[in-house]
Amino acid sequence: MSATPYNEMYVNEGAGRPHYQRYTRWLLEQPAERLAQKRAEADALFHRVGITFAVYGQDEGAERLIPFDIVPRVLPREEWVRLEAGLKQRVRALNAFIHDIYHDQQILKAGVIPPEQILCNSQYRPEMQGIDVPGGIYAHIAGIDIVRDGAGEFKVLEDNLRVPSGVSYMLENRKMMMRLFPELFSEHRVAPVDHYPDVLLDNLRSVAPTGVADPTVVLLTAGAHNSAYFEHAFLAQQMGIELVEGQDLFVRDEAVFMRTTQGPQRVDVIYRRIDDDFLDPLVFRPDSMLGVPGLLTAYRAGRITIANAIGTGVADDKSIYPYVPEMIRFYLGSAPIIGNVHTWMLRKKEDLEYVLAHLPELVVKEVHGAGGYGMLIGPAATKSEIETFRRLIKSNPERYIAQPTLALSTCPTFAEAGLAPRHIDLRPFVLSGSDVSIVPGGLTRVALIYGSLVVNSSQGGGTKDTWVLES
Amino acid sequence: MLSRTADHLYWMSRYIERAESLARLVDAHYRMSLLPHSPEVLAQSLSATMTALHMQQAYLARHERVTPKSVFEFVSLDREYGGSIFNCLKVARENARAVRGSLTSELWETLNSTWLDARSQVMRRGAQVDIGEFVEWVKERSHLTRGVTVGTMMHDEAFHFTRIGTFLERADSTARILTAHQSDFEPGADASVVPDPYEWSVLLRALSAFEVYRRAYRDVITPFRVAQLLILRDDMPRSLLRCCKEVYANLKSVSNAQSAETERRAGEMHAMLHFTRMEEILGLGLPRFLEQFLSRLQDLGVRIASDFLVPPAEA
Repeated sequence: MSATPYNEMYVNEGAGRPHYQRYTRWLLEQPAERLAQKRAEADALFHRVGITFAVYGQDEGAERLIPFDIVPRVLPREEWVRLEAGLKQRVRALNAFIHDIYHDQQILKAGVIPPEQILCNSQYRPEMQGIDVPGGIYAHIAGIDIVRDGAGEFKVLEDNLRVPSGVSYMLENRKMMMRLFPELFSEHRVAPVDHYPDVLLDNLRSVAPTGVADPTVVLLTAGAHNSAYFEHAFLAQQMGIELVEGQDLFVRDEAVFMRTTQGPQRVDVIYRRIDDDFLDPLVFRPDSMLGVPGLLTAYRAGRITIANAIGTGVADDKSIYPYVPEMIRFYLGSAPIIGNVHTWMLRKKEDLEYVLAHLPELVVKEVHGAGGYGMLIGPAATKSEIETFRRLIKSNPERYIAQPTLALSTCPTFAEAGLAPRHIDLRPFVLSGSDVSIVPGGLTRVALIYGSLVVNSSQGGGTKDTWVLES
Repeated sequence: MLSRTADHLYWMSRYIERAESLARLVDAHYRMSLLPHSPEVLAQSLSATMTALHMQQAYLARHERVTPKSVFEFVSLDREYGGSIFNCLKVARENARAVRGSLTSELWETLNSTWLDARSQVMRRGAQVDIGEFVEWVKERSHLTRGVTVGTMMHDEAFHFTRIGTFLERADSTARILTAHQSDFEPGADASVVPDPYEWSVLLRALSAFEVYRRAYRDVITPFRVAQLLILRDDMPRSLLRCCKEVYANLKSVSNAQSAETERRAGEMHAMLHFTRMEEILGLGLPRFLEQFLSRLQDLGVRIASDFLVPPAEA
């Protein structure tokens, strides 16, 4: 793989890409003090609004900001059109796949995916077998992580189909940019994103159990101590729905109610932001204090919609990821518009041999790992780290996949020493209900540490506003 | 609305109100400490106030003697003592954060920046905090919070629960401050005698009633009138009558299937204060009157919690 990353802003030293030209001209005109002052202002505003992560074990009530970078990531219209088509196609196929897995399992019968890959997967939920969900939609909200490789091609790095987060940063980053630099928005036609909560609410209402005319939608959170609590509260407020915790809900006669000051009130759709394992202590983890006892009974009876559905993890597992292009061909009969990153599956003997021989060049990931943990980045690893991983892989090859070390594209970013290129990715949020839709753009995450490829906020990642230009 | 949401809103506003009441008390005593007064009188007033607020024990566990400076710092800034102004602001903000989606952005940001500012003042400057400035700032933030609440929130259930919290807390605070000074109202004391005006000014200032008193009576301060102002004046924002009137009105607006008895009791308290006369209260004895009032107020708080806030166990 080529080691020269694709620069989103410049073709090479000095020459800007056409869709960035106006921005770079503006940037050159800005005095350094003004930019520094705007960056400080952004920090102060994020603190005041409380767009923070709770950090425990430090001084009282310490909360951390996810660093926000003021240089936007800009996508020209034609690139977005293609991305959008590819994302919709991919999510349609993934929903069809989950439906199939919990019904006839045709894709297994056709031999496209080995059955044991699914049926022995810890994310496969036998409890879901035969349950019909409204519209056949399982992943109502999907966060698809997109990267651009050295050749400038978009690739899907990961599908997030359980409780993808980050959309509040997409919305707040835009609000912040418009507040800091209103002049930029009169010079650029940037596609708006503010309507995301409306689209989300429409989608959630459209998947209510049949026969419910005016469905009540709630957002289920683990509570104020959850690291993504800001996003939960934000989305509930923007949609005008109740933000509930497990203790606020109860199940009676196979229906779900919330406790209100005026007595019990029926709930029809739960947009949940807690994992499957915690949803119903009677079925999943009995020690869960976050869930609602009996929820699955109401679910099986078709009296409540849960979004995302239970059991979607079977489709976003890293061991299933390599099959997604095949799913698109199998269910939709069309060629994938956006490809995968090449992936070696170490349970296959020939893949294992290749990977063990090339560890220093590759990225190895744990199949069930998330958040950038349990990962080996070959080129950045020491000899002994590589040997440790070699032993881990040999003892449990089926737990790992490997990918080439991608030269993720870069975007100029404010670093300590000034503007410098940093690696970025993109997480667009794909909504499925009566239709599939995406607000233009998504969340751009940036690895703030020099040379780092890890964009996760838990490991020094920041975010940028993402612009899709309308012309 | 969710019972849990109502609960957080109720406690959020109680704690802001409590922070303000404490700030007033500290402010009044702080001013007194700047006057050429006998230190015993000030210490005695501080002790009586801390006793009425149930703070005395916690204070004495940390400090040997009652000295103005250490009382002011304890009540205002103590990070360990849960009842300090600092911690009231923290708890108010935590309750707000738990229901930030039910608050307007302006209200949430007001409470959040109040806490962030308090934290940076106390953590960075510690003992260097100027108490007079700090309590003045707390009062301003409380005024701001109340203004933002009334000016930006929809006047719906959520609003009524915040108001119930505010006025229950305020009634409690007024009654306790009166309790701390009840010896001045003893039945034997001649209610027409003009007592030490500086001592009385502490009581009045602590209830933001000093100027109000002058306006209402245009005359010397007498215990009788002070009690009348703080208990029975309908137009005095911190009087017991005014607080009970607000609690009752807001409670009626959130009425539910099981709350009839609670509303009746709130109405009864209001009616009692509305129709009674100062002579009757003094006949009963102020200490006994206040004791009864506080216990009925507590009963009301418990009933509100069980009717609206703490959800009944579901079968």
